Amino acid sequence: MSNYPASFRYTKEHEWVLVEGDTGTVGITDHAQSELGDIVYVDLPQVGSTMAQGETFGSVESVKAVSDLYAPVSGDVTAINDALAKAPEKLNSDPHGEAWLVKVKLTHPDEIQHLLSAEEYQSYIEG
Amino acid sequence: MRYLPKSDSERLEMLKACGLSSLDDLVAHLPPEVLQKQALELPPGQSEYEIMDYFRARGERMADGYASFLGGGVYRHFRPVLADVVVSRSEFLTSYTPYQAEISQGTLMTIFEFQTMICQLTGMEVANASMYDGSTAVPEAALMAARITRRERILVARGVHPEYRDVLKSSVKYQDLPVVEFGFDPESGEIDLADLASKLDDTVAAVIIQSPNYFGVVENTKAAAALAHQHGALLVSVFTEAVSLGLLTPPAEADIVAGELQSFAISPSYGGPFAGVIATKMAHIRQMPGRIVGQTTDLNGNRAFCLTLSTREQHIRREKATSNICTNQALIALMATVFMAVYGKQGLRELTSQNLAKAHYLAEGLDRRFSGPFFNEFVVRCGSPEALNTALLGEKIIGGIPLGRYYPELADCMLLCATEMSRRDEMDTLKRACASQSEGMLANSRV
Amino acid sequence: MVSKVTSHLSQNEPLLFERSSPGKKGYQLPSLDVPAVDPVSALGAENVRGEVAGFPEVSEVETIRHFTRLSTWNYAIDLGLYPLGSCTMKYNPRVNEAAARVDGLAWGHPYQPESLAQGAMEIMAVLERYLAEITGMDAVTLQPAAGAHGEFTGILLMRACLEARGDARASILVPDSSHGTNPATARMCGYEVVNVKSTSRGLVDMEHFRGLLNPSVAGIMITNPNTLGLFEENITEITRLLHENGSLVYMDGANMNALAGISRPGDFGVDVMHLNLHKTFSTPHGGGGPGAGPVAVKRLLEPYLPAPRIVQEDGTYRYNYDLPESIGKVRAFYGNFGVFVRALAYILAHGSGLRNATLDALLNANYLRAGIEAHYTLPYQDRSLHEVVFSDSIQAKNGVKTGDIAKRLIDYGFHPYTTSFPLIVPGAMMIEPTETEGKQELDFFIEAMASIAREARENPELVLNAPHSTRVRRVDEVTAARKPIVRWEASS
Repeated sequence: MSNYPASFRYTKEHEWVLVEGDTGTVGITDHAQSELGDIVYVDLPQVGSTMAQGETFGSVESVKAVSDLYAPVSGDVTAINDALAKAPEKLNSDPHGEAWLVKVKLTHPDEIQHLLSAEEYQSYIEG
Repeated sequence: MRYLPKSDSERLEMLKACGLSSLDDLVAHLPPEVLQKQALELPPGQSEYEIMDYFRARGERMADGYASFLGGGVYRHFRPVLADVVVSRSEFLTSYTPYQAEISQGTLMTIFEFQTMICQLTGMEVANASMYDGSTAVPEAALMAARITRRERILVARGVHPEYRDVLKSSVKYQDLPVVEFGFDPESGEIDLADLASKLDDTVAAVIIQSPNYFGVVENTKAAAALAHQHGALLVSVFTEAVSLGLLTPPAEADIVAGELQSFAISPSYGGPFAGVIATKMAHIRQMPGRIVGQTTDLNGNRAFCLTLSTREQHIRREKATSNICTNQALIALMATVFMAVYGKQGLRELTSQNLAKAHYLAEGLDRRFSGPFFNEFVVRCGSPEALNTALLGEKIIGGIPLGRYYPELADCMLLCATEMSRRDEMDTLKRACASQSEGMLANSRV
Repeated sequence: MVSKVTSHLSQNEPLLFERSSPGKKGYQLPSLDVPAVDPVSALGAENVRGEVAGFPEVSEVETIRHFTRLSTWNYAIDLGLYPLGSCTMKYNPRVNEAAARVDGLAWGHPYQPESLAQGAMEIMAVLERYLAEITGMDAVTLQPAAGAHGEFTGILLMRACLEARGDARASILVPDSSHGTNPATARMCGYEVVNVKSTSRGLVDMEHFRGLLNPSVAGIMITNPNTLGLFEENITEITRLLHENGSLVYMDGANMNALAGISRPGDFGVDVMHLNLHKTFSTPHGGGGPGAGPVAVKRLLEPYLPAPRIVQEDGTYRYNYDLPESIGKVRAFYGNFGVFVRALAYILAHGSGLRNATLDALLNANYLRAGIEAHYTLPYQDRSLHEVVFSDSIQAKNGVKTGDIAKRLIDYGFHPYTTSFPLIVPGAMMIEPTETEGKQELDFFIEAMASIAREARENPELVLNAPHSTRVRRVDEVTAARKPIVRWEASS
């Protein structure tokens, strides 16, 4: 059984966000990576761009599929995980840790209340 | 009918297996109003002998037996016999796109070789497995540049093939990508760098030039690239005469190269099928349209090839694809691959030398319109190109392309091309006709 | 290690570059009959390159062996059934190849005078007329280079017509069973894509469709028969409702092999459509192209067709460029002429008997269906036309998916069917035999499919690791995409 950190909040589109202060770290869930299969490429926004909750901010690709990434929170992108460009396979091996996607400065911190808890997400994907 | 490999008794047996009794039952479920009531108005089916006669008769109403100095995007070059031999192999001719890598290694490996040789010739780092032709590669390159730069304007030189520019305009019309032309220097025929500079700003995604350009003049790619890059725009360098790549400095400063490979053993075939190509830097590979073959290994660790990065394409990305392109020109690209293998390093160089020598021999003594350096095509002033062409037809020679249709200011000019196939005696005849035409004009102007 | 490790017919063969050796050559040119010119003095040193580093240096003998050996690593129609659904892989008659190589045609230059191009112009004019007859349309342009290019041209024509009426409108309806090129094309022409649902029978959901109609709908892109191989039985109602809505109807003609001689799109309300000459009209796929994608239109769209158009006056053909409302050019010159020659040769061979070819194509598809039905799930039960789509749902229970069954077919000597398309069928297996297969070949295929179904039940590993008989095993596409190697380099 996969381990979904309790400190994260989740979307039904299978992204997670970890909020620390006014910064959110965003990634995709273990469930998402296993559904996608071997990930070969990640398309991330530029630092300095903004993202809005529920809207696409990039995409991940396997050999024969592309999935859009949906922003779990709104904010300004302050960092992207450059390492994924050279090693997209990390998204398969460590989606909740080393393979985070972007860091954002939250513009609407209260948005996380609309997201799922670890427990809710787990039952959502099992349902 | 000879293409239908079944006997009537087999048909009956098969119908029976389907629970049907006649062929018409196969369409009995269609709404009656859509069923065709009358037979197609087509002639009765013909034997292959009649079919060959039909096309031979049409072939006789063409220009067989004429010498020709036409270029302008379609060139007469010798075609190594091997090109047709190889593409006539059933395994290349009658196979599909190599999606099933295990039974398509032949096609995949030849495409990998094609991509490699295009890179070697253009100075780029990756080439796709071919586009429809040069003209359609240009809008694809423009769109690619717009995706990379996220900008919204295209500048295109008037020295780019006029039909390519027409295709560019109609292709990007609804993509919020206005196309603005910039001029050529009236003396040299090269791009007008000052005009280009005045139109460049930080909204421009790409500057598109062609070298050698439509007038046959070799462009200063380096200067154009520097200017484009100063403003954060990409330089797209177009070629229509692929043979020139064997002699001219490769457009390595360009960001995208888009071209036409017809010169590489592909029959002129009255305008197609040809093979276009796009090549670029590795940094831009994910924005490049068209199929790409990559090298990898199989389960046993042996070298193998497969189509790769297909998530860019329409069958996966649908409305978000980099292009709607699906079919390419694999078999035609294979002809070009065979051509490159047959000529090779030394042969391509010798071929370019012959083209250069013939064209410069032809130009000698003619009134060249532009002073810029040229490879195997050039523009001459000749009074009335139409009258000269008519006179030449009497000598069984097809002259040059009159330029008035696309360049009103060059209505007294024609574009001439000489290749390794142009014979000295034919060139001498053309030169004599030019001379007598200008004498005639001179005489008329005195009256 | 011994380098000759496999049998003669599947000889190992390195890349051209690995075969090269300085000084080898496979060409000889006639000697030059004019004075040589020094490149540097003619062009300037800055314009002259050095040698093309890495370019091959091989002999003629090695060249032909190289390509011939590589050819033996390919599957091909001439080797057997090629049941790729939606691709119409039929026999490519060789007389068509001979016709396209007739000297006057093959060496025709697109700018040679019209007086010396009458043969080519007649071929195009006749092909346009025949295609109009087969489709029931009024006018045809041959310019588009392929099917998707034809789609693009067709939607540009629609847009031009609607703009002339004062409103280009905003969206295009696309059934969810459509080819990926349809939505991609609509976007390229500046339209939003609105998906239309399919019913449980696999046909356009009329209720959903009616609800989508409003004044912003420019038109529909519909494939008929659709990608499930089913005839859209409400097609006349669909086209009538669209026309009442002021919208136009585009038909994707990819599946015209099911209709030629049976039913004409022009008669059921289609305004514009493309044809794939490399499908219905037998021109070779050549490993991915060339194709040709002529577009046929009704009278109302004719003024917008690409320039130039061929007209005939007093028995002479000429080009008309004076077309003020034309969408312009979509390709240089006149299109893939060599492909037109082949397609016309095909039409001449069948002539008015084209209908028989179509009926045989339908018979073959239905015969395969009847033979395979017992072993695989058939999600849509209506009578098939030219192709049939199964699902892998029975085999998937044992972990065997459509892609695995496809790979196992290779071991039985067949090219796989189309996998995972249309998207509305989970685990789709899309099979189109075409009319040029005999009963015996179809029986072999049915046997193979039955046998693989048995293997999936009894020995799934055998299927999962297929193919076993090919010179390369399953290829690592993941590494190819993660670390792209897209050209040979001397160091590699």
